[in-house]
Amino acid sequence: MTATTEINNIISEENLVYKKTDVLLDNEMHYCPGCTHGVIHKVIAEVIEEMDIQDKTIGVSPVGCSVLAYNYLDIDWQQAAHGRAPALATATSRLMPDKYVFTYQGDGDLASIGCAEIMHACNRGENIVVVFVNNAIYGMTGGQMAPTTLEGQVTATSPYGRDCATTGFPMKMSEMVSLLPGTRFVTRQSAETAGAVRKLKKAIRKGFENTREKKGLSFIEIVGTCSSGWKLSPTQSNEWMKENMFPYYPLGTLKDE
Amino acid sequence: MGDVRLMKGNEVIAEAAIRCGCDGYFGYPITPQSEIMETLMIRKPEDETGMVVLQAESEVAAINMVYGGASCGKKVMTSSSSPGISLKAEGITYLAGAELPALIVNIVRGGPGLGTIQPAQSDYFQAVKGGGHGDYKLIVLAPASVQEMNDFVDLGFELSFKYLNPAMILSDGVIGQMMEKVELSDYKPRWTDEEIEKISGSWATNGKKAGGERNISTSLDLDSAKQEVFNHKLQAKYRAMEENDVRFEKIACDDADYLFVAYGSSARICQKSVELAREKGIKVGLLRPITLFPYPTKQIQEMLGQVKGILSVEMSAGQMVEDVRLAVEGKVPVEHFGRYGGIIPTPEEVVEALEEKILGK
Amino acid sequence: MAKFKGAIVVDTEKCKGCGLCVVSCPTAVIELARGVNGKGYHYAHMANPDACIGCSSCGLVCPDTVITVYRAKAS
Repeated sequence: MTATTEINNIISEENLVYKKTDVLLDNEMHYCPGCTHGVIHKVIAEVIEEMDIQDKTIGVSPVGCSVLAYNYLDIDWQQAAHGRAPALATATSRLMPDKYVFTYQGDGDLASIGCAEIMHACNRGENIVVVFVNNAIYGMTGGQMAPTTLEGQVTATSPYGRDCATTGFPMKMSEMVSLLPGTRFVTRQSAETAGAVRKLKKAIRKGFENTREKKGLSFIEIVGTCSSGWKLSPTQSNEWMKENMFPYYPLGTLKDE
Repeated sequence: MGDVRLMKGNEVIAEAAIRCGCDGYFGYPITPQSEIMETLMIRKPEDETGMVVLQAESEVAAINMVYGGASCGKKVMTSSSSPGISLKAEGITYLAGAELPALIVNIVRGGPGLGTIQPAQSDYFQAVKGGGHGDYKLIVLAPASVQEMNDFVDLGFELSFKYLNPAMILSDGVIGQMMEKVELSDYKPRWTDEEIEKISGSWATNGKKAGGERNISTSLDLDSAKQEVFNHKLQAKYRAMEENDVRFEKIACDDADYLFVAYGSSARICQKSVELAREKGIKVGLLRPITLFPYPTKQIQEMLGQVKGILSVEMSAGQMVEDVRLAVEGKVPVEHFGRYGGIIPTPEEVVEALEEKILGK
Repeated sequence: MAKFKGAIVVDTEKCKGCGLCVVSCPTAVIELARGVNGKGYHYAHMANPDACIGCSSCGLVCPDTVITVYRAKAS
């Protein structure tokens, strides 16, 4: 048997172990090569498929790179004004308590302009899932400093490196929201390896299960990369993230009640 | 007669919301309209009709909760006063851009800035000319009595669902704080999920139906060509409002030589001014726009063969007068009289202004 | 000898050549092609198919979900 024949024999329906979920649409993603958003979208879509909640899930997309998230997940979506996704999700969840409502927000959206909305949604314990993608930079507008930008990190608006004496310090949102009684599950994950993706999926699934059990707010932070903003290749970005982001934003679950 | 009571304008807004089957109210305290949310909190409609009432963390959050709720095909509303409406402007333009129905109540106070807590009509431009960014219009209803505060809640929802466009009740502290006799509307049940599906199923984000199309609530289109087509659609909708839904009231206009144009609380004052002027032998009438957008432009124009001058009376430095002048196109003199910063003009002052500014010419 | 034999199918036209699958592969199966797809990306492909154990690591980390993974018991 030749190698090609052997491969062709393996590639058959009964041997299929991993394929794109149908909840993910066929639209080509607009994200840059290697962008973590794609992995997170996929994981959310897989959880929706596995829990069979496609008809009951409403996503709220932010302003930022993931503004067009609604082009990729085959569910109903609301597109929020910058930072306001938790407000939309609050009303949606309260008016339709049997639905699964999640926000999808970047660090500029959630930690900067939307700081009030996220804090109060967390404090009220809204029955929603918050997916917070922290890549320490504004992606869509071209790589400006975010509240989560690390000390010394070079961005378009901190071209000599972030000076914490004048611009403040990188904000640890998961730590902050974990202090609020309204949050039930707060975890910080990543998506750079197969193992990390599996753990992320478990966390997102737990978030949606919490919604089902009316447990309140699940806050899932994902430390991700922005190779265009960081001006590194996708693989170099992962290395930079591990060296610089993980020590400041340690992975793990902060709260699970 | 139905359920007749003596009530404050603001309280009536709350009562009318519950009775018309409103699904959700999201607000933030600000004088002089806080009684709306306070009344709702006392009434606890969640127990009675299932209506959700939530005090948001800010006006910004409140209007975005309205955006979320409106996206679900629900009847949702907010209320505020001038500085709070400025904060809501972003959310309002998103609602207009996403073609969502919602009701916004503005109990206007004097400005600019933090201004005063006394009544004013200085948010006319903000209400009818935009207020937020982009080419959009609100349906703007201007009640002149506590009864109309009741009636326009249901009407506001009706028009906003008819056109899939946010509607605003533009009132002020006079009507909001005034106690007056009101016949409350009969209770209408909130829409069931099936009714929402029938009414708004083609756009409401209440879960993708198996085998059906999904819905997306958004005001974004990065394709300029499509964005222009969408803007044409909005403009056509605004022209349809102008064609079909102008509302106004004429008082003592049949034999009038002169005309007051005034809305809301100014119209109440002008009603008295009409009497006072007529006692002096000045035949003046009152045209009261009830919808400020769409504006009764044609109705003003129809008076032009008859009247020799028009006084626009507003509690502002002169905002609506611009729309009167646009309607009149210079054919007769149009002047403005107003007190502002929270001062309410007296009927006598209005008559004096008519004599000085219009009859003196 | 691995217990499983695997194979992957890459939607080469949708691949953006980020290379994350290349570094995620525990058995060094994947490489970026010398050639490019319609968008000019050096797409991922099985350069060393015999080593594939069908572990799905590449599929899991692929941001564009362009990799389908198959696995069969080694004969």
